[in-house]
Amino acid sequence: MTTSLNTAALALGDDALVLSHRLGEWAGHAPVLEEEVALANIALDLLGQARVLLSLVGDEDELAFLREERAFRNTQLVEQPNGDFAHTIARQLYFSTYQRLLYGRLATADPRPGDEGREALRGLAAKAVKEVAYHQDHAEQWTLRLGDGTPESHDRMRTACDALWRFTGELFQPVEGVDVDWRELEADWLTSVSAVLDRATLPLPEGPRTTAWSAGAGRQGVHTESFGRMLAEMQHLHRSHPGASW
Amino acid sequence: MVTMTPLEEELSRLAGSVPDPELPVLTLGELGVLRGVRVLGPGRVEVELTPTYTGCPAIEAMSSDIERALHERGVAEVSVVTVLSPAWSTDDISDEGRRKLAEFGIAPPRRQQEADGPVPLTLSIRCPHCGSTDTELLSRFSSTACKSLRRCASCREPFDHFKEL
Repeated sequence: MTTSLNTAALALGDDALVLSHRLGEWAGHAPVLEEEVALANIALDLLGQARVLLSLVGDEDELAFLREERAFRNTQLVEQPNGDFAHTIARQLYFSTYQRLLYGRLATADPRPGDEGREALRGLAAKAVKEVAYHQDHAEQWTLRLGDGTPESHDRMRTACDALWRFTGELFQPVEGVDVDWRELEADWLTSVSAVLDRATLPLPEGPRTTAWSAGAGRQGVHTESFGRMLAEMQHLHRSHPGASW
Repeated sequence: MVTMTPLEEELSRLAGSVPDPELPVLTLGELGVLRGVRVLGPGRVEVELTPTYTGCPAIEAMSSDIERALHERGVAEVSVVTVLSPAWSTDDISDEGRRKLAEFGIAPPRRQQEADGPVPLTLSIRCPHCGSTDTELLSRFSSTACKSLRRCASCREPFDHFKEL
């Protein structure tokens, strides 16, 4: 396992782990039963991806439950609180579009038979991209329904898309060990998201996609305020009962 | 492809006949998740298993069920390893598996079109209860990661559809 591949697996694995936990917070709170089940299923797919990726780096439980906030390499987008349902859907739209495009590229990268770590990453991407296609479709259908729905749902969806816009620039900060054309990835992402928002009668948010404070921070271990509280909840059981098992 | 010895073929059949923990009407062989069985030495066997979805929680139950089945056959040491590549697809479910799913009340997955096939064709999904093709999607996600929830417009019954992957 090379250092650059460690960096790659940790960044992608932390994105999946943290978003999985956020989506899991909807259990018991989703607006309808079908969404309860849908969000839990998406969370489960992401958790499975996280387990594979973190296991490439080290012990999955230690990495998930015993690292401090500054050691996490996820983007700030995925750690943002669930907010209302529109915020969760906007976060899903931005992230699942990114993940589908990124994993699609990793899956079709040239094979390097001697390089076991890289082949593991390629295998995971090839598997996960098929699952993520369903996540993106789910987010897209809800964006259309809320954006082109009632004045209330339209306003909420618009507010959510605007609020999370400044966290989307960070997604395209190059990650060491991930050999893709990041500019092309970003252009494809923008095309895809713009098309969905347009069909949903929502304007493309106007503000900057990064700010001085948030730019590139998550991948360097700098996170937003709510992340610490999320980790405290996620880690407290494991830390309170070291070595406990079912 | 390495050819299997008669013993490996027998153990492979045995492991393949283990029922799926979440869909017990199907065997692991019919589900297409068993990738190979290798005899490493006397009393030592390695089984390769692939998950349907990356986060499928049934994979651990599958592993221990295979271990138990092979232990009962007299294999002392069984190791089940998980492989992700090539990724599992619903096309790996056998025809017999599809028939059993429908019989159990779960609409089987449609065959995916060939990558460079001619015209993309979306076939309607048939209600496993009354056979009507007039069905609608209720949710892309259902009781497990591998299914979606639909409703039949003819008999009004909701049903699970093993969604294409």
